[in-house]
Amino acid sequence: MKKMILTDKLVFEYIRRDEEGNVEGITRAIDDVNLSVEPGQFIAILGHNGSGKSTLAKHFNALLYPTEGEVYVDGMLTEDDEHLWDVRQEAGMIFQNPDNQIIGQIVEEDVGFGPENMGVPTEEIWERVDESLKAVRMDKFRKSSPNHLSGGQKQRVSIAGVIAMHPKCIIMDEPTAMLDPNGRKEVIRAARGLNQVEGITVILITHYMEEVVDADKVFVMDKGKVVMEGTPREIFAQVDKLKALKLGVPQVTLLAHELRKSGVPLPNPILTRKELVEALKACR
Amino acid sequence: MLRDITLGQYYRTESVIHALDPRVKIVGTFSFIISLFLVKNFIGYVIAGLFLVICIKLSNVPPKFIFRGMKAIFFLLMITMVFNLFLTPGEPLVSFWKLQITKEGLKLAIMMGIRLVFLITGSSLMTLTTTPNNLTDGLEDLLKPLKKLRVPVHEISMMMSIALRFIPILMEETDKIMKAQMARGADFESGSIMNRAKSLVPLLVPLFISAFRRANDLAMAMEARCYRGGEGRTKMKPLVYKRIDIVGLAVIFGYVVCCIVFGRILFR
Repeated sequence: MKKMILTDKLVFEYIRRDEEGNVEGITRAIDDVNLSVEPGQFIAILGHNGSGKSTLAKHFNALLYPTEGEVYVDGMLTEDDEHLWDVRQEAGMIFQNPDNQIIGQIVEEDVGFGPENMGVPTEEIWERVDESLKAVRMDKFRKSSPNHLSGGQKQRVSIAGVIAMHPKCIIMDEPTAMLDPNGRKEVIRAARGLNQVEGITVILITHYMEEVVDADKVFVMDKGKVVMEGTPREIFAQVDKLKALKLGVPQVTLLAHELRKSGVPLPNPILTRKELVEALKACR
Repeated sequence: MLRDITLGQYYRTESVIHALDPRVKIVGTFSFIISLFLVKNFIGYVIAGLFLVICIKLSNVPPKFIFRGMKAIFFLLMITMVFNLFLTPGEPLVSFWKLQITKEGLKLAIMMGIRLVFLITGSSLMTLTTTPNNLTDGLEDLLKPLKKLRVPVHEISMMMSIALRFIPILMEETDKIMKAQMARGADFESGSIMNRAKSLVPLLVPLFISAFRRANDLAMAMEARCYRGGEGRTKMKPLVYKRIDIVGLAVIFGYVVCCIVFGRILFR
């Protein structure tokens, strides 16, 4: 079976220039990354600011090209001009700032923007807009102006805009960073729904640990490298290592970790509140 | 304060005029404006006035809304009329001090006044009954022939609709920056005009920087959604002429003919 996304020895360098345009130095934003994502997975990429996770995400959508190495999306090489639009259609992208990615002045027009660009016939655009707005439960707002929506609702409109292009994979680049807790929940719920109901591969880039707990696989990045890789359970078992990377763990996991250190015999790791309650009951 | 400004002041209601194709409305408005400059006598203006009143009646827009736009040009209107009134040479009617009002001047002033009022009313009727989006779509379609001359028609209309979408966002941002500067002691409201203009610099610089950043983000988001210019693009809401639009065009044509015949040829 074809991998949804595959990177092979991916390296990306930014060239820094001074005011006269002379090369001042080279920054390696991504350094020898090899990762593969199976179709239908829910993947999370973690890392603190400047770890290269957003740069990595832009490679999956052919917005950036590798300096060295290769990126394949559904078996297509992203650098191949022939496949550029196929890659962008199959791997949709959601960005951080909800205001700066909505193009239409009415919700439904924005959702229709992607299919319009792809040259989908008019009636089918309407069908796609209907089903995508329903998928993120924004169909009530279809005639509203995006300026009157909350942050979470705007991000859901952006997600609908991507779904309308019928992608196989959605890359979300810190979609919740500018939202309040309620908006965060809405967006994550929508993303999970897409993954489970529609079977779309989701790659979630974030630094909120709570959003990662249900992922199939987690990649942790630091200084452009993938430093940890595994299921959330495997990753969160290593609280001290995560701390060294300036990353937190979910509150419950941290609490369990501290309890374990002070002598309470708890299994490692604990990811949810329910698990902790069960484990504590078993201790008595 | 800044939020009160509304652009493309669309008035939402249902009417025959609202239902018309934007292209018909644009063509109609332009024909109306041109007709105002073609007619030479008062009969022509009566026809134009009747046409306008009927259109307003059909549009279901309260006249109050239409005449609100008139306040902005009141000053201009007065100046035009006064200049025409006093400075046209001809047969004197009244004269006092060094000024005199001539028969020709009076006639010209009234004509100019009517012309301006009709012109503003006519064009605001168009913006009141057409959503900004529809308007840009209509313009894009009407300007299509210019594509042959390598005018980037699609790009221009895309730019217009994006600009319209970002006006409220940038307004809000201006408000925010202004408050942030005021909290740190900036003064935008007192001093001479020069000083006030100078105090706008710390407001404009961050606003421009943020606008460029937004533009950059938006361009990336558009590319990510397969935007590649107007080539091979389909429309979610294509413009199609319906029966009502044909009737509309016929009415406009009839009106222009009436104007020329009665306002220019029959009565000189």
